[in-house]
Amino acid sequence: MVAQRYDLAFELYPYKRVEAQDMPAQRHPVVIVGGGPIGMAMALDLGRKGTPVLVLDDHEGVGQGSRAICFAKRTLEIADRLGCGAALLEKGVVWNVGKVFHGPDKVFEFNLLPENGHRNPAFINLQQPYFERFLVEQIRIEQTRGAPIEIRGKNQVTGLTDHGEYTALTVQTPDGAYEVQADWLIACDGARSPIREMMGLGFEGRVFEDNFLIADVKMTAEFPTERWFWFEPPFKDAGQSALLHKQPDDIWRIDFQLGWDIDRAAELDPAKIRARVDAMLGEGAQYELEWTSIYTFQCRRMERFRHGRVFFAGDSAHQVSPFGARGANSGIQDVDNLGWKLDLVIRGLAPQALLDSYSNERVYGAEENILNSTRATDFITPKSEISKVFRNAVLDLARDHPFARPLVNSGRLSVPCIYDGSSLNGEDFLQSPARSRPGAPCPDAPLGDGFLLDQLGGGFTILCFNTPPIEPIEEAGIRANPLAVSQADCKTEALRNRYLGDAPSAIYLIRPDQHVAARWAKCDEASLRQAMRRAIAKE
Amino acid sequence: MPLNTDINIDNPDGFYDELLSAHEGLSKEQSDALNARLILLLSNHIGDRAVLSKALLAAAKP
Repeated sequence: MVAQRYDLAFELYPYKRVEAQDMPAQRHPVVIVGGGPIGMAMALDLGRKGTPVLVLDDHEGVGQGSRAICFAKRTLEIADRLGCGAALLEKGVVWNVGKVFHGPDKVFEFNLLPENGHRNPAFINLQQPYFERFLVEQIRIEQTRGAPIEIRGKNQVTGLTDHGEYTALTVQTPDGAYEVQADWLIACDGARSPIREMMGLGFEGRVFEDNFLIADVKMTAEFPTERWFWFEPPFKDAGQSALLHKQPDDIWRIDFQLGWDIDRAAELDPAKIRARVDAMLGEGAQYELEWTSIYTFQCRRMERFRHGRVFFAGDSAHQVSPFGARGANSGIQDVDNLGWKLDLVIRGLAPQALLDSYSNERVYGAEENILNSTRATDFITPKSEISKVFRNAVLDLARDHPFARPLVNSGRLSVPCIYDGSSLNGEDFLQSPARSRPGAPCPDAPLGDGFLLDQLGGGFTILCFNTPPIEPIEEAGIRANPLAVSQADCKTEALRNRYLGDAPSAIYLIRPDQHVAARWAKCDEASLRQAMRRAIAKE
Repeated sequence: MPLNTDINIDNPDGFYDELLSAHEGLSKEQSDALNARLILLLSNHIGDRAVLSKALLAAAKP
């Protein structure tokens, strides 16, 4: 038997008995455990590259509830690369205005003022089930095109044996257990990762625990499409902080931060939840409770995200507070980082050292996310008397004095990290602009009738800006395609400002995950080849 | 820039009087809040992170 731990929003991959259950254990190049947003994005990325991948999930579809809710621009860009960005953008709610309250008073409001010249907005709000559904729908499309992706629902991994060259998994199904063997295993099985537990690996960090009551509320009342955040909310029993956020389908997401010492069962009583929501929305507000949950979190991570032939990605590898939407968004960046590396190693084109760079780069990213989310947590929930004095002083001053507003921290919204110091980075012979230095994700910019990132595909690209055309390069069996651009191709100055600065010309070597590997004002083929070898950990 | 710890305030007695006057009649809680606001305002006026770090170090000395 495989226990049903949660109700489904969408049934997407019902259990089907497969032949492998009656055969000797079958070996797979890649097995992904956990079919959440990270696991499915991972499967999509590898499958589109032609690497066979098997996804094992212990349910038959996507669980209910808005959960991750905020998806950042970088996630949408990666989704574009994976083929499903447009579906996300079409369904999602775009928001730019946020209001910050302290008790009953508005402290200030802000506008994200997203920079012009990007295909995607800074953020969309979207219930996590939709995000997962669009990924699975794209997997179905890719399957019809021959992508070697298989999803097995109600397949729960209950045992793991490390055989060095491969990992053997015991998989429980409604028809009993069978064994699956994986050359490479990717654990995308969430913060409580059973794979991590089975391997006896630690998950260390700052023990910061809190309880959040989440309510998805359906109402047709006109509320603006804004993010409203309260410090010390004025409504009865609202806790330390509260958040109100619009989602598609007339659903509003409400978060109440309740503190640590609570009676979970009592707090989940619908009557008690309704009393809280009534207090927030005002007497007589008409709404339905769509979904409610209590969740807790800590800020912590694994020491390394690669253990031999097993990788950890998403919440199984790192966990942050919810402030800043750095959970699912950073997990999608894990996928972006691991996909091309594992693909090259499986094809025998890159050494295994490249896989260690996944851990190094994403640990670096996780540290940045944990730092940001810990700081936000400390601001929202002051840990001492004096930290509360300062917090409230900041909120008091922020009403009248602009200087105090950047100190107000209700979550620093997710932006992708720049892999400064990564062993894959080549030289920076251009020096500026800083935002597109080696290690940085390429900033998008209008190009022709579309956008730059559309042109970067999923392989190595040599962006040649105002230089004579160059031929494609093949180094160590890996091809890098040139993309020649000039200011004449651009209707705006964005591309120049983001890639050229004051230089007359520029050449960028761009990795398959659209991060900059190296850059020059001018360069010869030997320098490009050397930077490519470095980017695949060959030197 | 170094942290200026030389004499820099004109009419020291007058300043000290003004500082204490600002706290007159306040509860401990209100005084703490005023101090915090004052520190934040002055920190922003200084702005220079290196100077602020030196000031924090100097203040932390027993």
